[in-house]
Amino acid sequence: MSAYDKVQAARNSKRLTAVDYIGKMFGSSFFELHGDRRFGDDKAIVAGLAMLYDVPITVIAIEKGRNTKERMARNFGSANPEGYRKALRLMKQAEKFHRPVLCLVDTSGAYPGIDAEERGQGLAIAENLMEMMTLKTPILSVLIGEGGSGGALALAVADEVWMLEDSIYSVISPEGCASILWKDSTKAPEASECLKLTSHDLFDLGVVERIIREPSNIDDRKMFEGLKMLIARTFDKNLALDTERLLQTRYARFRRLGSHS
Amino acid sequence: MDLFTFLKPKNELEGSQSSAESMPFIPDSLWVKCPACNNMLLASDLQENHRVCTKCNHHFRMSARERIELLSDENSFTEFDSEMISDDILNFPNYKEKLEAAREKSGEKESVVTGKCTIGNMDVVLCVMSPDFMMGSMGTVTGEKITRAFEYATENRLPVIVCTVSGGARMQEGILSLMQMAKTSGAVKRHSDEGLLYITVITDPTTGGVTASFAMEGDIILSEPNALVGFAGPRVVEQTTHTKLPKGFQKAEFVQDKGFIDAVVQRKDLRKTLSTLLIMHNVKENS
Repeated sequence: MSAYDKVQAARNSKRLTAVDYIGKMFGSSFFELHGDRRFGDDKAIVAGLAMLYDVPITVIAIEKGRNTKERMARNFGSANPEGYRKALRLMKQAEKFHRPVLCLVDTSGAYPGIDAEERGQGLAIAENLMEMMTLKTPILSVLIGEGGSGGALALAVADEVWMLEDSIYSVISPEGCASILWKDSTKAPEASECLKLTSHDLFDLGVVERIIREPSNIDDRKMFEGLKMLIARTFDKNLALDTERLLQTRYARFRRLGSHS
Repeated sequence: MDLFTFLKPKNELEGSQSSAESMPFIPDSLWVKCPACNNMLLASDLQENHRVCTKCNHHFRMSARERIELLSDENSFTEFDSEMISDDILNFPNYKEKLEAAREKSGEKESVVTGKCTIGNMDVVLCVMSPDFMMGSMGTVTGEKITRAFEYATENRLPVIVCTVSGGARMQEGILSLMQMAKTSGAVKRHSDEGLLYITVITDPTTGGVTASFAMEGDIILSEPNALVGFAGPRVVEQTTHTKLPKGFQKAEFVQDKGFIDAVVQRKDLRKTLSTLLIMHNVKENS
């Protein structure tokens, strides 16, 4: 598969979305919690409590919607500031009860709307980055589809970041990159190669710790059960660390990313 | 007249305006046209007035060095990591040439200058982004230098002042540029958790990944008048929403009105304002 094939796979409307993963891994134990307690409830972010085997966890996911009606209601998975603030509220709640946090990321980007700007989209993302870095409970982020720039990163400051094999994670959309570079958005396939946005590229760059096999379909129980077990094992490992060590490791994880002479 | 020649004079005119806007130094003999009020200004007058239009108060962009000179006590600035350069780790098309051109244009090695200095004889760490270096785009060196500056300030218990100007994260370093948002935010948080002061000075334009990280993380957020500040650029917002943007959208005064900026400060008052705020936070005098 070329990089652009991966881009298309990550965006495919038939691709499983966050609520599918939540349903398959946590079933009826998932209890959704709504609202940011400030402005409203952003439907692009689905969040709540769930049982991971016998451990209660906080799940925060960006949901694109599975059909046209859902996609409209979910704003196609583009969150507004109140969505990021809902996420932060529930992360703080998780910290209070020392519950691990699982983030599922699937977004083309934070919503670039007039209202979003007026309500401080930049600040909402910035606050998540700051607070997640020192959140005193384990965080794990899994990119299950598109990882669009700052809007994805706002749920991906974590102890480990994993990617589904055909998901992507990029600083800019390939179309945006192509139109800036070559004044031609149809050159997105070339831009996709340059940006190194596939799971394997990002693994090589040290940006993700693990690549997860794609589910063959929604009934691929083996895959969902395997993913669930991996998540549980990772949380177990990180819950055993003392908080200072956990946060030091998280800081160091991002601290080393970059390269210079 | 064919379309090309019809368009050309206009393009040339626009080109000349934007190059005057971004020129780091203007020889005395030149007149400069203010892009806001169209008045012709004597370049030496403009320079003397800290690159603020004497007719309409338009704040021209300022090079990093000019701004350091404006804000810090004379000869007090000691630069950190002045030789650090980018590796072009992704081997991105034409990036090496672009970096070379940016270095040539700005006289800087990267899009931010970091260091320590005194302001009103008080020790501070000062980071100033450069509009002349790829419009302050944030690559991995930018992030690394800012992170190191915050770490130095945390270790030495110093306040930090960052003057932002940026188009956002630098696409030529791909995901690693994005990661600088997390890295710098982590360093800001550690500094903050030590009870230390961080002041942001937003200048025109500050957008994208810089807005969504350290620009919005200051204890106190100041801005120059009329500076553009937002996450998504105005053109992207307009194209996405197919709506006419409200008057003054994303301008500092508008953003202050929405509750995201503490104060809009005239450039001539900036140094005094910073020094007053430092005193109010018990920053010790340099001994």
